[in-house]
Amino acid sequence: MLERRGFSALLYDRIVPIGVVVAVIIVLWYGFAVLLNAQFERDQAARAKTEITTSQLIERTLSQDRPLLPAPHQVVSEIWDTTVMKKITSKRSLVYHGWITLSSTLLGFLMGTVLGISLAVAIVHSKVLDRSLMPWIIVSQTVPILAIAPVIIVVLNAIGISGLFPKALISTYLSFFPVAVGMVKGLRSPDVMHLDLMRTYNSSAAQIFWKLRWPASVPFLFTSMKVAVAISLVGAIVGEMPTGAVAGLGARLLSGSYYGQTIQIWSALFSAAVLAALLVMLVDLASRIVLRRMGMAQ
Amino acid sequence: MSVVIEAKGLDLTFGTGEGAVHALADIDLSIESGEFVSLIGPSGCGKTTLLRVIADLEKPTGGTISVNGVSPEAARLARAYGYVFQAAALYPWRTIAGNISLPLEVMGMSKADRQQRIAKNMELVNLTGFEKKFPWQLSGGMQQRASIARALSFDPDMLLMDEPFGALDEIVRDHLNEQLLKLWAQTKKTVVFVTHSIPEAVFLSTRIVVMSPRPGRIHEVIDCDLGDDRPLDIRETPKFLEIAHRVREGLRLGHSYED
Repeated sequence: MLERRGFSALLYDRIVPIGVVVAVIIVLWYGFAVLLNAQFERDQAARAKTEITTSQLIERTLSQDRPLLPAPHQVVSEIWDTTVMKKITSKRSLVYHGWITLSSTLLGFLMGTVLGISLAVAIVHSKVLDRSLMPWIIVSQTVPILAIAPVIIVVLNAIGISGLFPKALISTYLSFFPVAVGMVKGLRSPDVMHLDLMRTYNSSAAQIFWKLRWPASVPFLFTSMKVAVAISLVGAIVGEMPTGAVAGLGARLLSGSYYGQTIQIWSALFSAAVLAALLVMLVDLASRIVLRRMGMAQ
Repeated sequence: MSVVIEAKGLDLTFGTGEGAVHALADIDLSIESGEFVSLIGPSGCGKTTLLRVIADLEKPTGGTISVNGVSPEAARLARAYGYVFQAAALYPWRTIAGNISLPLEVMGMSKADRQQRIAKNMELVNLTGFEKKFPWQLSGGMQQRASIARALSFDPDMLLMDEPFGALDEIVRDHLNEQLLKLWAQTKKTVVFVTHSIPEAVFLSTRIVVMSPRPGRIHEVIDCDLGDDRPLDIRETPKFLEIAHRVREGLRLGHSYED
């Protein structure tokens, strides 16, 4: 196949395929918006004893205040209104709520990564811990986070800890898992020859760790951090729900559903998705830079 | 000349019961300092296992062995040997210089000392100029030369080599054999070399240990007195061919060519 370069490569390998998918999604979305919201307009017309034409019907289904499924342009204009048009200190600004969620996501992600690495190091170096800790780590993830999140928030609140930390703790609970599992695999990834080599040098356990196991595990660390940062965001959003919908993207989702503000729900949902995508891209960028420096980029 | 490796009645069985594998049986071998000894035999004859016992990477289950007059473990702790594996086993996140530096860092040498040894050993294996390259940027032969430089970097008395050129093509292998001989002449290290290539063993060695399988044991030890000056062409001389023939006969009598 002919190799494309520069802008033409970007256009044909990235923009065109992604653009086609996005266009298909938007078309389908509009179709479903009309389909799902039509019943309400027909009922309205019947109640007012008037006839509506198809074009009127379509127009009205795409501009309802509380549609079953908001149209894409309604979500976009809501996001525009609540980000660019509002002061970021405003309680109605998505940037404000996004920042609240982001800060607990990042704190939780950081704690989860540190916890995951520490557990992996302990497990790799101790057979006893490998047998005793690993089952609990797996069991921890089978407990539904929706069930455990309120418990954490309420218990910590009772002893006077509230705000950022309890939410971050829920992110930690979710994000330590992929890091622990990935790092156990990464720290065990050096092959027998590499380990034998260190043995012939009469290396200490610390030297084997820092000169062999740790650098060998770095690609695994970044892969699991990509998963961890995305579920940290999920954790932060879940953590914002039982607090009574005060602030954060989770609060926007919850208050939106209380008052039937579907447009608000969808715009919070999209902001969360964009935030998650940005976070994953950031970790990916860090991964590329570090691996290139280490000579391991492919 | 003094004896550096002395094995008497060495025995090694992996596992127990039904699945037990008798890897080494009744090995008697003594290697003197400055010798180049090849261990040759088919797969499963225990040649690599014997090398690993010398390196204290395996523990024998019977008999005695001493390295430099002490146990293999004490010799390993004293960093008596450099080990070269079948694959180069370079760390992919270290540059070539960084890989050669690895044992020196483990041994706690100063930076100046390390740099001087890296330069010296890279020159010894003709890799000067490739210091900052990563392993994947080098050919297989160059990678294996870097791994030899790494084994030599801390100046051990002994070089233990486990089929170091087995994965390389014949032209590269011939070239590296020549370089290894020069290196051996320069450094006068004791070399124990595992191979399954008869021409390679005859070309390089002062003595060839022919091993036979199931259980792994020494069938015959053949002197290989071709002298110090060995150009590649020596492989066509009658003397070379005669020794090669004796090695092949030894392998045949040791049942190496049977199913």
